Amino acid sequence: MLQGKDGIGGRAEVTRSVGSTPMSAQVPDEFVPTSELPASSKLSWRTMLAVPIAALVTIGIHFLFSKKEAPVETHSYALLFWEIIVVSFVLVGAQFYSSGLRRWMRHMCPIFTIAILSLAAWDVITLGLRLLPLPYFPGPAAVLRSLVNDRAMLLDSTWHSLFLLLSGYALGVIAGLISGLCIGWSSPVRYWGMPILKVVGPIPATAWIPLAMVLSPSAVVSAASLIALAVWFPVTMLTASGISNTRASYLDVARTLGATRSYLIFRVAVPAAVPNIFIGLFMGLGASFLTLVVAESVGVKSGLGWYVSWAQGWAEYGKVYAALIIMAAFFSTIMTLLFKIRDRVLVWQKGTIKW
Amino acid sequence: MVAVTEAKASALRVTDVTKSFSAPDDPLTRRIVLSGISLSLAPGELVSLIGPSGCGKSTLLRLIAGLDSPDSGELLIGSEPINEPSAERGLVFQDPNLFPWLTVRRNIQAGLVARGVLREKREEVDEFMRLVGLEIFANAYPHHLSGGMAQRAALARALINHPKVLLLDEPLGALDAFTRMRMQDEVLRLWQDRRTTMLLVTHDIDEAIYMSDRIMIMSPRPGRIERTISVTLDRPRQRSGEDFLRLRSDILKYLHFAGEASAELST
Repeated sequence: MLQGKDGIGGRAEVTRSVGSTPMSAQVPDEFVPTSELPASSKLSWRTMLAVPIAALVTIGIHFLFSKKEAPVETHSYALLFWEIIVVSFVLVGAQFYSSGLRRWMRHMCPIFTIAILSLAAWDVITLGLRLLPLPYFPGPAAVLRSLVNDRAMLLDSTWHSLFLLLSGYALGVIAGLISGLCIGWSSPVRYWGMPILKVVGPIPATAWIPLAMVLSPSAVVSAASLIALAVWFPVTMLTASGISNTRASYLDVARTLGATRSYLIFRVAVPAAVPNIFIGLFMGLGASFLTLVVAESVGVKSGLGWYVSWAQGWAEYGKVYAALIIMAAFFSTIMTLLFKIRDRVLVWQKGTIKW
Repeated sequence: MVAVTEAKASALRVTDVTKSFSAPDDPLTRRIVLSGISLSLAPGELVSLIGPSGCGKSTLLRLIAGLDSPDSGELLIGSEPINEPSAERGLVFQDPNLFPWLTVRRNIQAGLVARGVLREKREEVDEFMRLVGLEIFANAYPHHLSGGMAQRAALARALINHPKVLLLDEPLGALDAFTRMRMQDEVLRLWQDRRTTMLLVTHDIDEAIYMSDRIMIMSPRPGRIERTISVTLDRPRQRSGEDFLRLRSDILKYLHFAGEASAELST
């Protein structure tokens, strides 16, 4: 946060921010039950045992309902929860030696407990009471089995999706930053560029699919360009508005300091626009996920989007849900990475949005 | 009526400058903001411009900085005409306008980076941070600084270019009374240390008397320099000295006489 560790005042600031940030980062709202406890105090037995007990309950429920199922199906599911129980006991032992771990556990244990119990509820509704029609709503054990059995193909699909997403996103970001910079800084470019941006930009990238299929040599190239287009619009828009809203007094000060044009653009207007640019990057990332999945399910013959529609074609809904779980983890990891980058780049800004 | 001190080699000379803007509600009529402004600053002189809001003080400063150009008249720095902003005319605003994305050290060295001379003058950065007492905040970001500290950083950032003239646009106006008095001494110390020619725009009569060699009183609509007063009190000046208070009441009387609301002038 603050790098002035060598100074008296700097140190005072550091301790203050260290003292306040973890609390505020850790307590997003007042509904977290254990938030009012000081970070250093011991964990209650309730917190320590909640996760293993929930896991035991879930195993119990599963065994109760799955007597007539094939043993292979239950095997990996039960194993998962035995692993969870072992890991949670290891963590309970380790937290006596690490206050950071203790803080993390206090924050996360309620969430994990509820997540595990919802798996049990899912089990009860599908496997136990058969409330939902079967090929479409398999139980958690069946989904896990699909996940494990089809892991090679899922990994391969994830890899293809990652490649496609990153190439399209990078292309869109580079194009968006360049066009946003030009539109934001130069008024002739703004005059001619803005109408194009306003008319073409709001068209969803997926609406271009028919055209992209005709124009481009391969499905992968057309999908990458569609993702790039989806990213390009918000990045351009937000970069341009950030650049053109640079406080005039920053530019005035820089000019009286002897700034050249390139200093004004790249050392004043661009850094001033960075908070805005990141909003564009986030919006573009959301749009790129959407475009990726749609493009993969209609044209490209690989990737997670393709896998979902392929599995649906064979009525293997366990695989559909397995792919959705992978997608959730995959997209959320990328989103988290972008937030981490943002936090590093914008250390100078106070009050940023939390993820 | 307009008193101009003729110095042989003036650091800054403004001759018969006029400036108008189009009125915001009616683009066809032009409002005259400055009319027939002439002034001259001797090298190393500290001169205050004082007057009610809207008398064109800040506009005049922007013209001298080269951020705007006049309708007519001539502005000279030494013997060079002023056409565009340059590092030889530093400008400090009421808002310190530190770049929030740079640490204090990087803010202070911004002028050296902008002119591409950081490599040769790197040791000056430490010198100027010491000069304004911010060494220990070198790596802090501006939002961690108090108002007074931020303004000291802004002063160091302007001074590191060794400007021929330093233009100060109500630099202490946003500070509380105690910090402001301390900062007045701080600016005087920098001025005496570096003998930089300074032109200070202020609302504050006490500040003008306490700091300047001369005070120029401006009146609005259109902005003119009504009167120039030389302050000959010995430095350091006593804010409650008899001469100080007499000069203060003279200026106040004059401003009332000029028909301007005294509410504009904080004391």
